[in-house]
Amino acid sequence: MVPPATFTSYYGRPVVKPSPWQADIPAYLFLGGLAGASSMLAAGAAATGRPALRRTGRLGALGAISLGFAALIHDLGRPERFLKMLRVAKPTSPMSVGTWILTAYGPLAGVAAAGDLADLLPGRLTRLGAPLRALAAPAGIGAAALGGGVASYTAVLLANTATPAWHEARRELPFVFIGSAAASAGGLGMLGAPVAQAGPARRLAAGGVAVEYVAARRMRDSMGITAEALHSGRVGRLMSASRALDIAGAAAGLVLGRRSRVIATLSGAALLAGAGCLRVAVFEAGQQSARDPRYTVVPQRQRVELRAAGQPVDNQTSTRLCS
Amino acid sequence: MSTAFVGPLDAARGAGWQDPPPRKGFFTDTSLCIGCKACEVACKEWNHVPEDGLSMLGSSYDNTGGLGASTWRHVAFIEQRKPMRTVPMLNGGSGVGLTAAAAASGASDFRWLMSSDVCKHCTQAACLDVCPTGALMRTELGTVVVQDDICNGCGYCVPACPFGVIERRDGDAATVPNGGIAQKCTLCYDRIGDGMLPACAQACPTESIQFGDLDELRERAQRRVGSLHADGVSDARLYGENPNDGIGGAGAFFLLLDEPEVYGLPPDPVVTTRDLPAMWRGAALAGASLLAGAVASFIGQRQ
Repeated sequence: MVPPATFTSYYGRPVVKPSPWQADIPAYLFLGGLAGASSMLAAGAAATGRPALRRTGRLGALGAISLGFAALIHDLGRPERFLKMLRVAKPTSPMSVGTWILTAYGPLAGVAAAGDLADLLPGRLTRLGAPLRALAAPAGIGAAALGGGVASYTAVLLANTATPAWHEARRELPFVFIGSAAASAGGLGMLGAPVAQAGPARRLAAGGVAVEYVAARRMRDSMGITAEALHSGRVGRLMSASRALDIAGAAAGLVLGRRSRVIATLSGAALLAGAGCLRVAVFEAGQQSARDPRYTVVPQRQRVELRAAGQPVDNQTSTRLCS
Repeated sequence: MSTAFVGPLDAARGAGWQDPPPRKGFFTDTSLCIGCKACEVACKEWNHVPEDGLSMLGSSYDNTGGLGASTWRHVAFIEQRKPMRTVPMLNGGSGVGLTAAAAASGASDFRWLMSSDVCKHCTQAACLDVCPTGALMRTELGTVVVQDDICNGCGYCVPACPFGVIERRDGDAATVPNGGIAQKCTLCYDRIGDGMLPACAQACPTESIQFGDLDELRERAQRRVGSLHADGVSDARLYGENPNDGIGGAGAFFLLLDEPEVYGLPPDPVVTTRDLPAMWRGAALAGASLLAGAVASFIGQRQ
């Protein structure tokens, strides 16, 4: 069915409200993905004797999750009431689930990084490193085990809303996000570790970009008219930039990154920038789709008309049936 | 489709209340609304809701715009070149939407739709589902209320609401009452718990806003639609009264005279949480894929 060209609205005003979230939230989406996948890279590096890659992953994960945590608190309307998050645990609230994932993950990422942090301290303070390093390996494995949750729950956080471009992206968005997370963590590994140790980072980045590319293509086809919000205008240019940076960074890193630290550094930076563009694009696409009543009214009107015509309407696949 | 994440249709019992009183709600009969905005004013006064803009919006007599953190009743105005009745009146009729002269002549090609919108107090409420602090709660009366002392202003309920009702109030808590936290209609929890009418229903001069036990309101609404149809107002339809709709039925439902989107309402709202079990499965698979990919990136690699 072709979506109707016209639709009715109340003076063109939005039906649903865009989230009140500011730049903190796309920043957190990026940082959370970077942290989760970096913990995995660090655990693998620790297990296979790649100290520089391990250090990059652990410090990167701790830095990213700390900044991300600060961004989450800063975005609250009443930041001083942050701890109210810990009075309940609700599986129906992805934000509650995410809070508890972070509550477990954050300290593990911190302990895993503490030994490597101590090494950065001057002089005699490095003695503190020994006991911390003993705890680092198990903590690092714990952080890696939770890293997938840290990197993927944010997709559900966005999709579990009435924001059209987020909800209609719900099937593929977790895979777009974990692909982007892998690409960014691989990019950070290529930036921080010498080329001899960064092989897994190059491969993780390339795999992540491939998954993200395929998932984003499928998502575009399954989002119905809300795909417009993600693929046109300024947001569409951000998506194109993300794809170009990702592919260039992953390919150059894989082919030339093993020989040249300069190219590895540039590739890593491109991958991080690509992941950042993607998160901003997905976030802004949702905000825009909420501000335009077309994205809310047209798919719902189609469902009503299909139902009136006696055709089966499955909310899970409504836009696929209609597009 | 799993419905484990979606609340049961008995709102108060589903939230754990034992032997709750009958569920309370609103039936807003827009065919009786005269656009006086007494409901907007009464709501603001009783609930100490601050001013939120005094601009000309260029939308008939509506300079309020829509529901939000500081607008808990909103009267919509739609001027239409369209007769109220699509078939002739059979009897004396209800006089809906007609001036005295037009009623006497029995015809008019103009109708003015007015509708007082409000929080729907959904049976399956997305705002309540996604709230990470438990600040949003289901009362023993089946209504959905924000606990002002618990909400930390995370803002998640705002994009979750399929009607665009709840909103985070701008402003510093030191200067704006309840600034920085989510705000919406409480169905006057403080009045109805004491046997009083909600402020808007109390102020409504035409009984367009009717408050009472939800079951009784639903029966009354069905009778009203029947009598309007008999009067030739064939556009009359109920919105939000069906417990089998996408939100399990609204605690505050409406009689409309045109499609919902004409009034700024979504034509087929669905609580987002219905899709959440599938979303969690997808995220778990994605997270596991990331772990598998990370492991694979180390296999067969030598320094």
